[in-house]
Amino acid sequence: MLTVVIIFLFFAILLYFLLGGADFGAGIIELFTSTDNKQRTRSTMYQAIGPIWEANHMWLIIAVVILFVGFPDIYSKMCTYLHIPLLIMLLGIIARGTAFAFRNYDAIKGERTQMLYNNIFVYSSFLTPLFLGIIAGSAISRQIDFEATDFLSAYIFSWLNWFSVAVGLFTVTLCGFLAAIYLVGEATDEFDVKRFIKKAKVLNMAAFFCGGLVFLAAETLNIHMAHWIFGNPVSLTAVIAASISLILLWVTISRGKKQIARVFAAFQVSMILLSVGYTHYPNFIMGKNNKNLSLLTNHATSKTIDDLGIALLIGSLFILPSLFYLFYSFRGKTNHE
Amino acid sequence: MNDFLAARSQMALSLGFHIIYSCIGMVMPVFMAISHYKYIKTQNPVYKNITQAWSKGVAIFFATGAVSGTMLSFELGLLWPKFMEHAGPIFGMPFSLEGVAFFIEAIALGFFLYGWNRFNQWFHWFTGVLVGVSGILSGILVVSANSWMNSPSGFDYVNGQYLNIDPMRAMFNGAWFSESLHMTIAAFSATGFAVAGIHALMIYRKQNIEFHTKAFKIAIIFGAAAAILQPLSGDISAKHAAKRQPAKLAAMEAYFHTQTYAPLIIGGIPDTAAKKVNYAIELPGLLSFLVNDNFKQEVKGLDTIPIKDQPNVAVTHYAFQIMVGIGMLTMLIGVLYFIALWKKRSWLSKTWFLKLFIIATPLGFIALEAGWTVTEVGRQPWIIQDVMRTSEAITPMPGIQYSFYLFSFIYFTLSLAVIFLLQRQIKMVPELYDVK
Ligand code: HDD
Ligand code: HEM
Ligand code: HEM
Repeated sequence: MLTVVIIFLFFAILLYFLLGGADFGAGIIELFTSTDNKQRTRSTMYQAIGPIWEANHMWLIIAVVILFVGFPDIYSKMCTYLHIPLLIMLLGIIARGTAFAFRNYDAIKGERTQMLYNNIFVYSSFLTPLFLGIIAGSAISRQIDFEATDFLSAYIFSWLNWFSVAVGLFTVTLCGFLAAIYLVGEATDEFDVKRFIKKAKVLNMAAFFCGGLVFLAAETLNIHMAHWIFGNPVSLTAVIAASISLILLWVTISRGKKQIARVFAAFQVSMILLSVGYTHYPNFIMGKNNKNLSLLTNHATSKTIDDLGIALLIGSLFILPSLFYLFYSFRGKTNHE
Repeated sequence: MNDFLAARSQMALSLGFHIIYSCIGMVMPVFMAISHYKYIKTQNPVYKNITQAWSKGVAIFFATGAVSGTMLSFELGLLWPKFMEHAGPIFGMPFSLEGVAFFIEAIALGFFLYGWNRFNQWFHWFTGVLVGVSGILSGILVVSANSWMNSPSGFDYVNGQYLNIDPMRAMFNGAWFSESLHMTIAAFSATGFAVAGIHALMIYRKQNIEFHTKAFKIAIIFGAAAAILQPLSGDISAKHAAKRQPAKLAAMEAYFHTQTYAPLIIGGIPDTAAKKVNYAIELPGLLSFLVNDNFKQEVKGLDTIPIKDQPNVAVTHYAFQIMVGIGMLTMLIGVLYFIALWKKRSWLSKTWFLKLFIIATPLGFIALEAGWTVTEVGRQPWIIQDVMRTSEAITPMPGIQYSFYLFSFIYFTLSLAVIFLLQRQIKMVPELYDVK
């Protein structure tokens, strides 16, 4: 059952990245859209994520619940040492979620209130994935010091370092890239399609750049990324697969096959996560002085893991088909409501 | 403000905020489903308008409930990591199932809000029902997690170790039924009265009378029925609390001295130092009766409990008085409504009658917050009754007061924003839904 639970955990994190991440990305794109086109971006985006955005964010809850039920040690250590970035991420989630709902459901569409909602929405769309990335980066950065006694090294330097920040920026660009590719498939007229393709290109370049930044920043902490990624066959294969799918993605887009391009984009990002995840598995948190928290040893008793696994399996019988039907029903159609 | 007080206040603030949205998220879908059903059956467009107007309000509440809930699932660890480290694997079962229920709720909500004119109307109706059912289910589940903190079971606590963990037994702990029942009824009563009050105000102002009268009726039938059931379920809760947590019961009643023919103490100002209650009404024997079903049997007072294991008596007592007072009042209003409905139809349009409901708008939610204060403050100093103290659970990170100030500001702003938006929804009713 432990394997089942771990698979669900990774699955939830991956889906949060692919679906929730694309939601963030949509806001990031809006942030970098010229004022003239903002309204167009917004309405395409609303079509794309309106019905599903609430569900997309449930993956985060599932991941958190799996962590605190199945891996309480890992959850409570993360919450302690990464308290501050988690708090900032939560602020982002609160601001973003409410601003998104408010701007659509405000009965009076006043210019100034809408401006306010928009601003909150786009900036928090940037902030949230930045800190998600920082948290993910910190978890594997070997900077969390479980023995630290002073405030700065226990609660600040655990996450404030070049590597974590670079991972944060990389996350932002990946989210934006994903969203741009999804929106290409969602847009209905030629002008918007062109616009989103251009955005996707820019963000693709930015992601390359930030990816390089991650490699460089890793060196400052004596983390040898190259060894992590090229040192084992699975990660290496995943990286190669990611590169190939990126090429295929641009080929399909230039041929106008927008739906297939989405699949490649999702595949590419999944491969990047797989390659990083696999090198560290089974460690979930890598702390200072080789104090690691591993999924295979720091888990709850087997009775709890069994019950959790059963709950997740039964739950997914209900969730996956209905979620699939939700996506299917609302794919690329205009809204009536 | 020290870190401990700040952490407790932040937890209380976040839960007190979340509970309002979650109650509305549990109950409004039920109201919507009824009005939607009436629309499909009668084809009267007023019912469709009510459903759509409500669903816009609910979308706002739902978003706020979802983000504050996400906040909570991290906050448990951010503020109480030592608690979660041990409790997570034990009381996690309801949370995992709750995750599933939320997920279904979120999916169904997507279908419901965006599904007008798109699906078979009964399928569309059903997705609305599903939102309500899974909302109520998640409410019951999360309350059974809380009741585990009051009535820990499903593990053996030996020398500081948590052994033989059985999550299913922890979920169905001794208090889950009474707490979940009382909470679910409370959600219906609070939301029912709040919604009915707003529509009563609109009828009183003579705006869109047909729309508001129909909406009022749906809401108040549930609110009134729940308010009548509430004292019964509260009595069950009190009996359970007396067995499980004598300190909590004694604090609720400000009952200092163990005695036979124990009196029920109503109102008054508890003086903890002098161990007495000033200016209270005492009804001899009634507490014995409420707890044991006979007037004589002894009830344990605070004198049987070491000072260091006692909760704050004044807060618990006042909160309990507020809850019960409002419980009695809303029950009375509920009875009046049914009398009007069955015998005195003429009351329904009388000004005094409408005013009664307008005044009652916030009462249910006040009682709800007071009730949670009783439960949570009454459990102190324990975070897990008789197993772990709240002070042992707190995060080692200093400076929690700043995060408390920050969140007070955020929740305050969000509350204002929601009230502002709701007001605009109501203001737009005549323009959007005027069917003459
Ligand atoms: C509309 C709200 C409302 C109303 C009118 C009442 N209650 Fe209540 N009460 C709650 C809302 C609530 C609550 C907020 O939902 C609580 C907190 C925890 C729980 O399970 O329910 C609660 C808790 C609670 C507890 C503590 C249970 C525990 O800690 O285990 C007791 C003893 C009562 N109630 C008793 C009553 C009585 C005798 C009432 C008589 C009228 C009453 N309540 C009305
Ligand atoms: C939504 C309704 C709830 C409200 C309004 C509420 C209210 C409160 C209050 C007032 C406190 C502070 C008590 C004090 O320190 O004196 C508190 C503490 C706490 N509550 Fe609740 N509570 C609710 C439900 C829950 C649930 C469902 C859980 C968990 C499953 C929970 C877990 C906690 C924890 C962990 C603390 C902090 C430790 C403590 O003070 O004992 N609460 N809550
Ligand atoms: C008695 C206390 C509580 C009740 C009755 C309750 C009930 C609910 C309900 C009905 C919802 C659905 C959202 C809505 O309709 O607005 C919700 C949302 C949520 N609640 Fe609570 N809750 C309680 C306390 C908690 C606690 C203590 C936690 C965290 C550990 C929590 C976590 C969540 C989460 C994560 C969501 C968002 C789910 C979504 O996105 O749909 N809740 N809650």
